[in-house]
Parts: sequence; C-alpha cells; structure tokens
Amino acid sequence: MNPLVEVKGLAKTFDVSAPWLNRVIERQPRKFVHAVDGVSFAIARGQTLALVGESGCGKSTVARLLVGLYGPTRGSVEFDGRDTAQTLASPDARALRKRMQMIFQDPYASLNPRWKVRDIVGEPLREHGLAMTEDALEAKVADLLRSVGMGAADMEKFPHQFSGGQRQRISIARALATEPEFLICDEPTSALDVSVQAQVLNIMKDLQRQRGLTYLFISHNLAVVRHVADQVGVMYLGRLVELADRRTLFAAPRHPYTRMLLDAIPDIAMTGRQRTPVQGEVPNPLQPPTGCAFHPRCPHANARCSAERPELVDFQGIRIACHAVTEGRL
Amino acid sequence: MPSPLLEVRHLRVEFPTRRGTLLALDDVSFDIAPGEILGVVGESGAGKSLTGAAIIGLLEPPGRVAGGEIRLAGERIDNLPPDAMRKIRGRRIGAIFQDPLTSLNPLYTVGRQLTETIQVHLGVDAAEARRRAIALLQETGIPAAEQRIDQYPHQFSGGMRQRVVIALALAAQPELIVADEPTTALDVSIQAQIIALLKKLTKEHGASVMLVTHDMGVIAEACDRVAVMYAGRVVEIGPVAEVIHHPAHPYTAGLMGSIPSMAVERERLMQIDGAMPRLTAIPTGCAFNPRCPRVFERCRTERPDLMAAGATRAACWLQAADAVKVPA
Repeated sequence: MNPLVEVKGLAKTFDVSAPWLNRVIERQPRKFVHAVDGVSFAIARGQTLALVGESGCGKSTVARLLVGLYGPTRGSVEFDGRDTAQTLASPDARALRKRMQMIFQDPYASLNPRWKVRDIVGEPLREHGLAMTEDALEAKVADLLRSVGMGAADMEKFPHQFSGGQRQRISIARALATEPEFLICDEPTSALDVSVQAQVLNIMKDLQRQRGLTYLFISHNLAVVRHVADQVGVMYLGRLVELADRRTLFAAPRHPYTRMLLDAIPDIAMTGRQRTPVQGEVPNPLQPPTGCAFHPRCPHANARCSAERPELVDFQGIRIACHAVTEGRL
Repeated sequence: MPSPLLEVRHLRVEFPTRRGTLLALDDVSFDIAPGEILGVVGESGAGKSLTGAAIIGLLEPPGRVAGGEIRLAGERIDNLPPDAMRKIRGRRIGAIFQDPLTSLNPLYTVGRQLTETIQVHLGVDAAEARRRAIALLQETGIPAAEQRIDQYPHQFSGGMRQRVVIALALAAQPELIVADEPTTALDVSIQAQIIALLKKLTKEHGASVMLVTHDMGVIAEACDRVAVMYAGRVVEIGPVAEVIHHPAHPYTAGLMGSIPSMAVERERLMQIDGAMPRLTAIPTGCAFNPRCPRVFERCRTERPDLMAAGATRAACWLQAADAVKVPA
C-alpha cells in the first residue's frame, strides 16, 4: 500500500547572517543553519510516526515543512502521491489544507483570547464552507466538542475560562473540524501536567482508532512517544539517525545516540538506580562537527566517524545512520 | 533519628486580594533530615514552588506567611526581619531556580558572582575566594575552569549555566539547598548530568536538599523521600519507592498511573478526570473529593490530616482506622 505521507531528502536552511553593514565592516561571511538536512521517511495510513530529539534537532522544522508553513530548501513532501509544495501553489491548495491539520504545543498561544470557542472551532468550518447555516455550524461545533470530551455548553465560553488540558482539547476539536486524514502534532502535551497529559493522549488515541487518523507526533519525551507511536525516528542536529518500529527501537536501540537518550531518562520504575550519565552537550548547529554529528560525544567513534558522514541506510530491518553499527563494531 | 535540619509546621500562606483572601498553602508540615533529599512533587498550582519560596523568605508580595512555623536547625526563620533573613539566604540556605539565566547577573563575570558570594558569606580574602571559586567550578564539571571563570553567563550553554548556578548555591557551604525545577529547562541528556551532579555534590558537602519538581522521574532518581502536594496541601509523604510503588492516596495512585513509563507498556494511561481546583473554589472536606474514584461521605464534609498509611503517611479518610468505607 502507498504511504499517505512520503518525505524525500527534505532540507531547510535558514539564513542567520548578521545584517549587511555588519558583514561588510566586520568582514563576516554569510551564515546558514541547516535546521533540517536531508530527512526521508514515510507514514502509512492510520499509523503514527514520532520524531524525537533534543532542542535544536530540527523536529519542529520538519513539522512546519510538512504542513507548508515553511517551503523546503531541498527535497519534497508527498501527500497521497502528490507533491505538497506544488499543490499548495495550485488551485487545489484549499482541498489539501482541509486534509491536513496541525496541533501546536502551547494551548495558551494558539487560541485567540478574544474569540468564543464556537468561533475558534467553527472558523475552519466557515472557511472551507462546511457549514452553510448558523444552526448547522452550531450542531457541528457541538459534535466536535463532544468528540474531545467537552460539552456543547462550552461553546459560549472564552479560552481563559478553560484549563490547559481543556484548551488543548479545543485545539484538537478545531483541527478535526475539516475532517482531516493527517494530523501534525508538535509537542501537543509538553505544556500540560501529567494527569492532564494522560487525558489528551488517551483522546488522541481514541480519535485515531475511530477516524483512522494518521499522526506525525513531535516530542522530546521518549516515554510519551513509546505510548503513542508505531514508528519512531530519532533526530540529531537536523538528521535522522535511527528509524525503527517502536518495539524494536525501545527493545534494542542501535544508534549510540538513541541508547544515550534512553539511558538518560529518569523513570519512576528506576528508583535509586546508579548510572554514568552521558558527557557533553548538543553542539552548536552553526558549526556542526565534521563527519557524524554525534562523534564528539560518542564512545564508539573512530577516525571514519569524524571524517565521513554516515547516511541513513537499511540495516537488519531498521534504518540507521552509524558507521559503528553497519561495520559490525557495535 | 537525628533531629531534623528543617522543620515546617502547619505552614499557611495567603494572598489577600480585592475579592477576599486566597489560601495558597494550608497547613503544610514536613521535615528534612540532615543530608536528606526531599522531593516535593505536584501539578501546576499545587503550591510546591510557593513552599520553597516561603522557606527561603522570597514570597512575592502580597503573599505572606499567615501561620505556622519554619525552623532551620531548631531556630525559627519565618518571622525574621528582612536583613537577618538575607544573611541566612545564601549562607545557610542556597537556592537553585529553573532558569539559570535569570539567576545569574548578565553584567558580571561568573567568577565575580562566585567570589563575591564567597567573600560576603565566608569572610575570606579575594585570592582565597577566587581559588575556592575555581575549585567549585571544577567540582561542578566545568572544563577549563581557570579560563571560564572570567567569562560572562551568555558565553555558557544552558547546561553549563545550571552548573554555575549549582556552584553558586554551594559557594557558602549552606546546610540546605532549595532547588525549584532545576532541570526543567534542560534537555534530557543534560538533565541526567545535572541530577547526578546535584546528588553527588550535596552528598559530599553534607547539604540537605528540597527538590521541587513536577517530574516524577526526577524524584524517583534523586530523592530519599517525597511529599506529594495537591491544592496547597501535602496529601502524601514517605520514602520514594513506597510512594511510587505502593501509593496510599488515590491522587498519588492516579498521578503514578498517568505517567507514561519506559518500563511498562500500557494501551491506555490511567487518567484523573477533571483538573485541580482553583484557589477560589477549593472544595470542602478533602480537596480531591470531586475527582476521587473512591470518595465516600466523610470526604465531602471533613478534611483529612496526614495519617499513617503503611510505610507512608497520607491525608485520606480511607486510611482512618475508624473509617466506614461505604462508597457514597
């Protein structure tokens, strides 16, 4: 079966140069950040792909590239067999936007504080002509609110009258208004307390089952990812370093960075465990290391790792970018 | 058992507002033994940071301590004049906050901030203070400390800055460190390094720690005992392993069940319906009763205090010996 979403060699470069005058006076060259540097993956219909990584690894940029908030510098995103960048520039853009929606991290910033919930959730319905009369709109908004566990009476309230978890559910209701097939969720629960996070994650799972939704789930929290994902991609400095199905990745992580991440997470099941924490920090993306970006922190790095950049290759049922693993050293 | 280093007894913190007085902390009591790491966990608005702020005497006005006592090594510190409290803060109680950038002065070098703290509190000369500052930076794992001591905070990365803040908190050899979400702003790989560092250094320096966080994983890893807070009260307190694996309070149980774990795979997470009440509408009886799956009549009318519950202590009527446990 064809995947619903296919990303090929996606890259995004940001120009972070100093202003022209400074460059001339201080003789500085132009500077570029390769926020996303050649990422490829596919998501099958009804599945969840999670992208994990630390701050600055480019995971949110991937999300924004997928919905078309950024245009790619290189590479392509195909949605249902068609290139999204081309489609978004064509008259079919509206139809495509209807089919994919995004949920953002901060439910305080992503809802207009001056709008009532009925207008927030109803906006996509109006915009796409999905509700012709006010009564039809009201009925649809009420349905949407009920599907995320809220009441029809909440329609007349403003965002400030809700808690963070309820606001995030309103964002989900808004995203579902156009009956999309694909939802891009950028850290949807990071701003929430754990008991509320559980409510939102459970609702997202239920909705996926009921509506056959496909998710791209961006998170820095591996425990959450383990709970929601079918496939997991681990990103480091703009590149995928390991892509595997959830069970394999968590049972047998191969890439040294994945192992490090898994080992670093404090978990309630491991009271008083002793361990040696990893050394070093994520390098400056303006001056990424040569070769494998992870080699300065990697205990298994050798001369090849610091000189030659490993590509993401198929290896024993997973996709991995690591010389040590593919050479059989690890 | 040695006498506790910190004793908090029946602490009440209130915020007078135009519409009446809000009770933000209501009858909070706990101890921290010398050398012990006590975790304080809870969701936003539970009062955990406020408890820390009350102890170090940095409550934001109009917030004020309205009742109860805080004792450090037996002496009351909650009613001291600001000058006396300032001498204790930094010297006997160190503080680490969430955002390392806001706890460092961007206009002074890291070295100046450290040597100043050491000189003011320990009364040593400048050369000795500098020597100690370098030693502290080395201890916190900052490479090339002799050079980096003359750099400004913006020249450090987030993880390195938090190490500087830890060095600063330890500078005057305090007996107690109040750490409020010290790793929340950091990435997981850095977070692990900082927790390990905090554990190691406080052990070596013999300091007690009150570690405030919303992350149960951090608590599990770092603490000896944990206090779980809900709506301005401690609802359960006990040894970490007991609270996590055999929680006595239904809120603690719900909280543990709602955390996605790396060790166990579950199809659905346990969820506690509803949200924590606002300070303006704390339910009568047990504040958790409207969300509690095991609520019964007494919970709605009478407020439970902490009582023995297995190896922990919980504020829950289910633990009362004379409780008639008929679900209402």
